[in-house]
Amino acid sequence: MTKFIWLTARWGCTDMEGLIHQIMSGIATGGIYASVALALVMIYQATHHVNFAQGEMATFSTYIALTLINYGLPYWIAFVITVAVSFVIGLTIERVLMRPMMNAPVLASVGVFVGLLLIFNSISGWIFDYTIKTFPSPFPSNQPLLGGYASGHEVGSTAVTLIVLLLVWLFFRFTPLGLAMRAAAYNPASARLVGVRVGWMLALGWGLAAAIGAVAGMMVAPVVFLDPNMMAGILLYAFAGALLGGITNPLGAVLGGFAVGVIENIGGAYLVGTELKLTMALIIIVCVLVVKPSGLLGRTVVSRV
Amino acid sequence: MSSTSVSVAAPAAAERSGTSLKALGVGVLLLAAFVATFTMSGYHLFQLTMVIVYGLAILGLAVVTGFNGQISLGHGAFYAIGAYTTAILMAQYNWPYWSTLPVAALVCAGFGFLIGLPALRLGGLYLALTTFALAVAMPQVLKHKAIEDWTGGVQGLVIDKPDAPFGLPLNSDQWLYLFTLAVGALVYLLAWNLLRGRIGRGMRAIRDQPTAAEAMGINLAMFKTRTFAVSAMITGIAGSLGAIAIQFVAPDSFSVFVSITLFVGLVVGGVASIGGSLLGAVFIEFVPNLADIVSKAAPGAVYGVILIAVMFLMPTGAAGFFGGIARRLLRRA
Repeated sequence: MTKFIWLTARWGCTDMEGLIHQIMSGIATGGIYASVALALVMIYQATHHVNFAQGEMATFSTYIALTLINYGLPYWIAFVITVAVSFVIGLTIERVLMRPMMNAPVLASVGVFVGLLLIFNSISGWIFDYTIKTFPSPFPSNQPLLGGYASGHEVGSTAVTLIVLLLVWLFFRFTPLGLAMRAAAYNPASARLVGVRVGWMLALGWGLAAAIGAVAGMMVAPVVFLDPNMMAGILLYAFAGALLGGITNPLGAVLGGFAVGVIENIGGAYLVGTELKLTMALIIIVCVLVVKPSGLLGRTVVSRV
Repeated sequence: MSSTSVSVAAPAAAERSGTSLKALGVGVLLLAAFVATFTMSGYHLFQLTMVIVYGLAILGLAVVTGFNGQISLGHGAFYAIGAYTTAILMAQYNWPYWSTLPVAALVCAGFGFLIGLPALRLGGLYLALTTFALAVAMPQVLKHKAIEDWTGGVQGLVIDKPDAPFGLPLNSDQWLYLFTLAVGALVYLLAWNLLRGRIGRGMRAIRDQPTAAEAMGINLAMFKTRTFAVSAMITGIAGSLGAIAIQFVAPDSFSVFVSITLFVGLVVGGVASIGGSLLGAVFIEFVPNLADIVSKAAPGAVYGVILIAVMFLMPTGAAGFFGGIARRLLRRA
């Protein structure tokens, strides 16, 4: 009862502007979750593996970007180099570590992912130490945009995220290589019969996922600051987003990511307070599993018994 | 005719001799563990206590991940719940330390059931995802204001070290070790008994052939959820013992890395092996101390590299690897 009174009191004194502001920044962080969720789903679709190391890989990429910027490179050149390096790292991991694990039991692949998580986390800490660092934003942060509802970085990072998502969609929809990758994920046996090199398509998928993760890391680092554990919470939200939207559907994962960002911000501001933000991701995951395990747009998997 | 009976009898005899060898090994191990009480110094005894604690925690994880094939990346959360149950009962309600163990066991079994219920209806990686989320969120929950009066918030709780009862001539380190050893031995015995019987067979059937297991009349979701509850219970008892041994609980000591450490211990020791859980516990108790000398980041890197190496080189863990060598030697002898 007291809880209810407290809630109504909070709602009462919150004006509409505050709500709009929360939704705007929810969309900005949601874009980050959407990117990581898309990276997860790309790997999941092709291999039915959930990459628990996706977050730590993105953190490591962000450190690469910071190092390049500290060397004096302009932001956007550092950005492009980081994305390219991350792509190569992802591709190499698939070739060297995941490929031999292709037919191994699921526990073995989870073990490798957890091992990768630990390795990337400690390499980040080892090379760049554990102190919290600031990360520059390429967008002007002093003047608020959109009628004062969003900061320059929020608008800019949302724009970058949307451009990345659009490029990924165009790539998969309109290029022969994108088509081949979809074919390899959807039906590896038939794809191989028509001459698609399925193994390389999986490696490309890993590279793309790592590159998308790197962009997400660089966009979120100015907000949450950079330390080796930066992405742990973000990965959790990406899981929640992917499950909410449907882990078998890339578009669903993206929408789920945005939705989770908005839910997180509104919930954090009006319902549970910021101290329980991560718990909210857990609650979203459990709710999706109870109510609609296939997610909003996912395919219901029916297995023959 | 006689040759058939010999060939049938021979493996049975070998198995029997293997079983008696195993019993002998367990006896020697227990005796050595008991003697250690009086021959080892306080700090080393504490390390051995923690080996038993981690062994139990990994045993809990082995029950669900190794024997039932359901991957959990969040058993640190149940370790934390067990530890906090004991700490709250001891620090806030003045319960004696031993009486908190059954409560911690029950609480963890309950939480395990509740978490397992939605995640285990579905196959695949959903349990790993949910438990991972639980482990990441755990410190936040423990810090939360609403339960601060119980948990002590960010500060955590300090509890007293138990003294030896009945005027036994033991110092508190020795008594703590013996108490942990006794509880540990009992839980290992119960787990062994559970896993070798009908229920253990059911767990393995679900892991290896879920469709066939269902056809044999096993209710998959319910069986997996109950297994998960038992597994959470065992890990919760470990957490409870760990809290008594360390005499302190705080939210930040139960980060997601506890869960990952337990997972590493499980994989290194051998996922579906009771003895392997102790090997894994020895690994996670001593290797970080050694690696820490090199650098702060080294334990994580060592864990990661070893985890991947084990997956590639000896997928059955240390227990399977050395067990295989032992079997080969026995056959030759």
